[in-house]
Amino acid sequence: MKRKSDSSIYVMLGPYIILFLFFIALPVLLAIILSFTYFNTVQTPKFTGLSNYISILTQDDVFMKNVLPNTIKFSLIVGPFGYVLQFLLAWVLAQIPKKPRTIFALIFYSPSMTIGVTMVVMWKVIFSGDQFGYLNYIFLNLGLIDKPVQWLQSPQYIMPIMIIVSLWSSMGIGFLAMLAGVLNIDPELYEAGYIDGIKNRFQEIVYITIPSMKPQMLFGAVMAIVNAFSTGQIGVDLTGANPTPQNAGQTMVNHIEDYGFLRYDMGYAAALSVILLLMIYVVSQIANKLFVEKD
Amino acid sequence: MSSYQGTKINPTKFDKSQLKFYFILMPLAVFMLLPIIYIFSTAFKPLNELFAYPPRFFVRRPTMDNFKDIIGFMSQSGVPFSRYVINSLVSSVLVVIISVLICVSAGYVLSKKKFRGKKTLFAINTVSLMFVPAAVKIPRYLLIEKAGLLNNFLMLVLPLVAMPVGLFLVKQFIDQIPDSLIEAAKIDGANEYVILWKIVVPMVMPALMTVAILAFQNSWNTPEPSTLYINDDTLKTFAFYMSALTSQTGNTVAGQGMSAAAALILFVPNLVIFIMMQNKVLNTMAYSGIK
Repeated sequence: MKRKSDSSIYVMLGPYIILFLFFIALPVLLAIILSFTYFNTVQTPKFTGLSNYISILTQDDVFMKNVLPNTIKFSLIVGPFGYVLQFLLAWVLAQIPKKPRTIFALIFYSPSMTIGVTMVVMWKVIFSGDQFGYLNYIFLNLGLIDKPVQWLQSPQYIMPIMIIVSLWSSMGIGFLAMLAGVLNIDPELYEAGYIDGIKNRFQEIVYITIPSMKPQMLFGAVMAIVNAFSTGQIGVDLTGANPTPQNAGQTMVNHIEDYGFLRYDMGYAAALSVILLLMIYVVSQIANKLFVEKD
Repeated sequence: MSSYQGTKINPTKFDKSQLKFYFILMPLAVFMLLPIIYIFSTAFKPLNELFAYPPRFFVRRPTMDNFKDIIGFMSQSGVPFSRYVINSLVSSVLVVIISVLICVSAGYVLSKKKFRGKKTLFAINTVSLMFVPAAVKIPRYLLIEKAGLLNNFLMLVLPLVAMPVGLFLVKQFIDQIPDSLIEAAKIDGANEYVILWKIVVPMVMPALMTVAILAFQNSWNTPEPSTLYINDDTLKTFAFYMSALTSQTGNTVAGQGMSAAAALILFVPNLVIFIMMQNKVLNTMAYSGIK
């Protein structure tokens, strides 16, 4: 009897573990190993020690001057701002009845279903560089500009545009989690809070809402962090070029693609991937510290 | 009653005090919705409206021309339009079914069985929520190439089915099922597979719906597996051709109509599935916390 139930563990867990190992764990491990080699996909990888990391930090001008600052800037805005927006929207939605709430939630969630090359087309039309572009048309009519602006090809505009588009599509699964979190808080907690002297909505959020939904807050935070670091590629989708014009919209994910699939320097791309994963890990640990209850 | 002035979370009916929330929500909803309305409108625009200056947001005389053009564009490549649709449907359905099955069985084991290393396995899965696809793309491609699996239809399916976020959500959900229920079934003589199928699966249906939606979006929307792992045109998916079409024609005014139509075809199934299942999804999300 005992033995029988033991074998079922392997049968039930096996398929997931095998697929997880092959398509997720092994690739990460391989990235770490390759990051210490020179590998051009034709010859066998040659062990080169830390040289990829050293080149990234000392010789890669684009990395230091553009990619790293862009990634940090993009993630610092899209991550926290998107996250706060998700929470506030979830909170506001919880204050209205079910029917309108469902409709609004659907509207806010839909853009996250569209992320991809095809939706970028529509943003391209809005920011199009000729007078057919909506933004140019509106600005020309208002007299804010006197000739069409090449929004997507201008280094000074591409970053803000990337941030707007990413925020637009950031109300994903983390947002839904937080909405469910707010809705599931026991109403008695609020009553008790008011008896204990809570005076306004703001105190209510700080002392009751957030502490009561810490798990969802953390899940939302992890999703927001992953989203902030992985949607950086949108710059390439919007401008249609990798690297983006003057590297103004270049982020880690584009840099990895550039070295991996355009220059076939897999070792270097792997080292960049490892750095990206480390960045995400460190930031997630900070989020962990903020939301995990110490027990 | 009057002493309690607190928030009415999840109110049952409209009240004047809620108006301020609508004032916040309305403009945001418009901003979020405009691009999507634009896609709908542009997809049905005839050529002369696409070229019109000043540009018009809404379509005046809707036509199906853009959709016909897409089919025409596809047949130029020699592979019939239907082929891509079938590839997409088959691979997406397989991704959904397999990922739901492996997530629920693994989730059950990780939630209800006792064995060594259980906590570690779940912790590894939680850490892997952070493995962004971009970072694992290249080594994953190299592995698939070395394993001789390039150009294999299964590569549209298998790389997508182990979803850490899916296992995570399902496991959290199964945690809510009381152990006594499972013990009772065992006493009645049910084996593990019967318990999984007859007790756990029906009880965690909302979580499985959520995994199904996420799996579907992952598969249906992403051209990447076709781009990276498949060379044979007859095995590629609809998402791949839509993105190829978009990148080839998207920059011309005439191409915008086609691209919008393509985006619409890709988007609508997601929307329909989500609307059908949204209640269950929100139900699942209540258990999504990382503890």
